[in-house]
Amino acid sequence: MFRRMLIDVHAHFYHDRTPRADWRARNASRLAAGERVGITVHVASILGSWGLTSPTYFPSPADLEYGNDALLALQREHPDRIRGYVAVNPNYPAHAAREIRRCLGRGMIGIKLAASRRADDPLLDPVAELAREHGVPVLHHVWQHRRRDWPGQEASDAVELCALAARHPRVNFLLAHIGGGGDWLHSLRAVRDVPNVYVDLSGSGVDGGMLEACLEAVGAERLLWGSDLTIDTGWAKLRYLAHLLAGTELELVRWRNAARIFPAGAFPSAD
Amino acid sequence: MRIDVNVFLGAYPFRRVPGTSPDTVLAALDRVGTDRAWVSHLPSLFWRDPMEGNPWLYETAAATPRFQPVPSVHPGLPRWEPALREAVERGAPAVRCDPTFHGIDPAGRELRLLAGACGGAAIPLLLAVRLEDGRQRHPNDRAPELPAAAVRGLVRADPRLRLVVTHADRGFVEEVHFGSTPEEAGRIWWDICWLWGPPEDHLATLLETVGADRFVFGSGMPLRIPEAGVAKLDLLDLSEADRAAIEHRNVERLVAR
Repeated sequence: MFRRMLIDVHAHFYHDRTPRADWRARNASRLAAGERVGITVHVASILGSWGLTSPTYFPSPADLEYGNDALLALQREHPDRIRGYVAVNPNYPAHAAREIRRCLGRGMIGIKLAASRRADDPLLDPVAELAREHGVPVLHHVWQHRRRDWPGQEASDAVELCALAARHPRVNFLLAHIGGGGDWLHSLRAVRDVPNVYVDLSGSGVDGGMLEACLEAVGAERLLWGSDLTIDTGWAKLRYLAHLLAGTELELVRWRNAARIFPAGAFPSAD
Repeated sequence: MRIDVNVFLGAYPFRRVPGTSPDTVLAALDRVGTDRAWVSHLPSLFWRDPMEGNPWLYETAAATPRFQPVPSVHPGLPRWEPALREAVERGAPAVRCDPTFHGIDPAGRELRLLAGACGGAAIPLLLAVRLEDGRQRHPNDRAPELPAAAVRGLVRADPRLRLVVTHADRGFVEEVHFGSTPEEAGRIWWDICWLWGPPEDHLATLLETVGADRFVFGSGMPLRIPEAGVAKLDLLDLSEADRAAIEHRNVERLVAR
């Protein structure tokens, strides 16, 4: 069973209060594709209302609570298949702290930050401190090398995330979607010597040379498999990695690294 | 049987890309089970005269039966017509033009002349919307992406023209397909390399709304890993006929017309 484990560290679901009229179909499609690919556990987040009543990357406290509740409900509905990141907005520190405690207490296993604030901003320190206290990792949305501010989200890149990680050496951070757009070579240079930053392989990007560069920068020991919005590209990267890595290394990327950085018992099928 | 219509040979100027030699591309085709590839010479897309890469391309393809050359034609340069004639004479399945990289108007007079000449010579014209994600391009790699309006304009320019468009996303395909008459849309084929699979299901949606007869297999390798296209198809509940259409039959029909 261990050999077949596959943990998706970067998944998303939708709910009824988002702009997506097709939200049920998208959730069902993720689970169905996951079955086909062999995803054992989807570790997912919901970014508030996905833009319906507050911006996706600047979600309001009310939207975050609704989204986190929807994810908790999915986690209850699919206890073997879905685990949650609690999504918070660090611009609301007291709310973020309450929400982290509430959702981790109900079985979520990580914290999701959506670049509502630059990754090296001091407002993220209390969030990281709570992550340390609860022994959970932080998945941080970044664009790979942000040269300027774009509408809709705060600029945040790997250099800034690494600055945060250096301030919190006992917390593990996931650099989101190396294939999610932007200059991944810039990110890989930044994370190379920062041992508590892991590279999440998700994103629609399937650039030739990207996976080789990931392995060169951080080795198989700090790579985590994920999909984000495209399971097909995640599966493609997994197939490609099978040609680059020996079996034991591939297992690290498929699930063993994830099992190591998420709380003990987070993935019952891996125990 | 699978034919990949979107394969490059040779180095990319803006970043290190492994596996660009003919031998390594062949090995990658073997790895994913692709039988034949339409190949273009990548470096010359960025040359002032991209047609100077065609002799190497013809020579390489002649030595490798699984490669079919898709040479470049730059209609902004004098005497481009012989390059088109040579492509026809050598049995190339298509010619390509990358107007934004060549610095010419993708909807302008020169492209329309090429469209007419391709229509007259009964050879398809291949256009790429982009080569890389716009968010990661080299700071000096500033050629605009191909606009959808240019594709609509070209397919209207000559009723005999057949277009193969690579690297288009769902919005681009929909804008051109439903912004064209059924007759015009029936002369455009789209490769699948930039279309998302589940859970967004862009490709599945397009197969329902636009139809499987409009899509061909393309990977964009080695700038993109070829596993992506295969994984995308493996995640669809396709009939054998539709999968065969996308993987080779549509291409065979396209070049046989």
